[in-house]
Amino acid sequence: MMRIVRHVTGWIEHRTGLETAIRNFLYEEVPASSGWRHIFGSVAMFLFMLQAFTGILLAFNYAPTPGEAYNSLRYIVTEVAGGRLIRNLHHWGASMMIVVVALHMAQVFLFGAYKKPREATWMAGVALLLLTLAYGLTGYLLPWDNRAYWGTVVTVQIASKAPFLGPYLSRLLGGEGAIGVVTFARFYGMHVLLLPPVTTMMIIAHVYLVRKHGIAPAPGDETKPMKKFYPEQVYKDTVAIFAAFVILFAMAVAVHVPLERLADPTDTTYVPRPDWYFLFLFQTLKFFEGPLEIVGSIVLPTLAILALVLVPFLDRGRVRRVTQRYAAFGVVFLALLGWAGLTAAAIATTPKTAAVEIDFSAPTEWLQLSPEEMAGIGYFRKENCSSCHAVGDGGAKIGPDLANTAIRKSAAWMIAHFKRPATLVPGSMMPPIQLSDSQLNALAAFLLKLTPQNASALQAAPTFAVEGALIYQANRCGACHLVNGVGMKVGPPLNGTFRHRNKAWLARHFREPQAMSPGTIMPRYPFTPSDMEKICSYLLSLPD
Amino acid sequence: MSVIYGLWGLIGAALALPASIYLLFPPKLRKREEWTEAAEVAKLAPKTPTELVFRHNRVDGWKITSERTTAWALKVSDTEVIALAPQCTHLGCAYHWDDGKRQFLCPCHTSTFSPEGKVLSGPAPRPLDRYEVRIEQGKLLLGKVVESESAE
Repeated sequence: MMRIVRHVTGWIEHRTGLETAIRNFLYEEVPASSGWRHIFGSVAMFLFMLQAFTGILLAFNYAPTPGEAYNSLRYIVTEVAGGRLIRNLHHWGASMMIVVVALHMAQVFLFGAYKKPREATWMAGVALLLLTLAYGLTGYLLPWDNRAYWGTVVTVQIASKAPFLGPYLSRLLGGEGAIGVVTFARFYGMHVLLLPPVTTMMIIAHVYLVRKHGIAPAPGDETKPMKKFYPEQVYKDTVAIFAAFVILFAMAVAVHVPLERLADPTDTTYVPRPDWYFLFLFQTLKFFEGPLEIVGSIVLPTLAILALVLVPFLDRGRVRRVTQRYAAFGVVFLALLGWAGLTAAAIATTPKTAAVEIDFSAPTEWLQLSPEEMAGIGYFRKENCSSCHAVGDGGAKIGPDLANTAIRKSAAWMIAHFKRPATLVPGSMMPPIQLSDSQLNALAAFLLKLTPQNASALQAAPTFAVEGALIYQANRCGACHLVNGVGMKVGPPLNGTFRHRNKAWLARHFREPQAMSPGTIMPRYPFTPSDMEKICSYLLSLPD
Repeated sequence: MSVIYGLWGLIGAALALPASIYLLFPPKLRKREEWTEAAEVAKLAPKTPTELVFRHNRVDGWKITSERTTAWALKVSDTEVIALAPQCTHLGCAYHWDDGKRQFLCPCHTSTFSPEGKVLSGPAPRPLDRYEVRIEQGKLLLGKVVESESAE
């Protein structure tokens, strides 16, 4: 057996030289002081390959056109087996990649590893940083939800304001007029066709240069014998990669990535924000108004990139111990402080939930329920019905499965049963439910809607909507208003409220209807602040 | 060093497993049990298969497409209709009715079937698949296609 293996590997080595190549790669000499601080490049490379892997998997179920992108992503997240995990890995992998690339850069910067003859290695690294950011920028549009759409509108507008190049950039991004199919095709094309090969070539160039010049030695290394890359450094790289992977995987499982409403160019209440790593740029922009705006949007970022590229030429001092590079530490500290300050300011100044964001990556069947049925969910939860009843999930419980059509009864039967369980079902252990008739009506209305197919989806109705519907029912809003086809048409129908109203407007309208719509016959509803929040959120969640 | 191989093995497994599930497992089924009206039973000729063309909704990934599809309907009696799916059970070619020989003929590899869909000759491994059928108020309703059992 061993002889055959040796024969085969011998053949491959003779014909391709693969073994020698791997040997040369692994037994590369590295300075004695190299160690944990050199892991970041490998982790970044691993994350890049992971992004490619999950990206390809996503592409297998994704239709890159504005007409279908959103639906296909929703399909991936809600229906395809394991789809949510793959998407979350891709989403958080992108964020993690930014972090790791930044750490890699900071390490090289602090140690002055960009100094002669490694200037080109550094510049290739800066190019890789920009490419990483370009992935973030182009990938942001691809879910084609509101967040993606509005974020990209701002990006394209900024590009179009560049001096001289503006109109050309705008045309290149397909953003003339409005964001639509052309921009989408350009962004998708860049994200999956242009950037990956360019990045791959750049990584090859970067790694080639690292190998050509060797890992930058620290002062003192010249007197010590060199080490081999394998096994010690490979071990450290592997442990770091594994740690990064575990964190990423845990985030993909535990930290939810929402999918917002389908991109809606007519939504006037949406507050666009870029992804977290661009927030500092977004905030910088706010400091410059009018004709100075391009200072924040174009000039400063360009200067910053230029400064990064030129770092090896700006710092031409001799190599020092890292502990003596005070200026470098100062620069990194200030950069971090500036970045953190701007990001914090951007987060602090983001208006809180101007519109209600529904997570469309979760089941949204509840959106179709009438307020009464929604309120029924509320009573169902308050009365803890599910402690004795299974609801389509097949769990063995004392009471019958309420989603089972075999026990389907009329509303009248249910209400009578709720009041005195044992009279209709002799021997029933169910306690009577102490609710008013209208509340029992709501509960029955919800139970009538249950089927084994929609049970878990309806159970997933978010608390704000359920509580909002309870307030809606308690105040008999349906006596004048129409929601999902149920109610009266005395007042305006409430579906699609999010299109023309925001929370502040609704809240004022509840308190002083006359002030907001003069002549209205709507009475005042001075809700408590928490009730106001709930009812407004519910109304703003109602679909078109 | 075995730790290196071990950690890479773990990463590989943690990626290969979800990726295989993602690619090879069926997506969660959206409930879609639809009955489509295809014809009026009274208008079907008895004993001779009739080609019915109708529209039905098909769940296609993230889309539900309305597409034209065919069924070969054979009226056995006013209360019993057999509706055959239009693909040959060999390799999926569309077969047609040969009125002279009173049998279905698949043009690809010359499988032939009886009006009820039984294999008479050729490489077809099992009888023609049938639609689920319901007759309500004289209307023929077709449901999903049920794969036929292979002949013993």
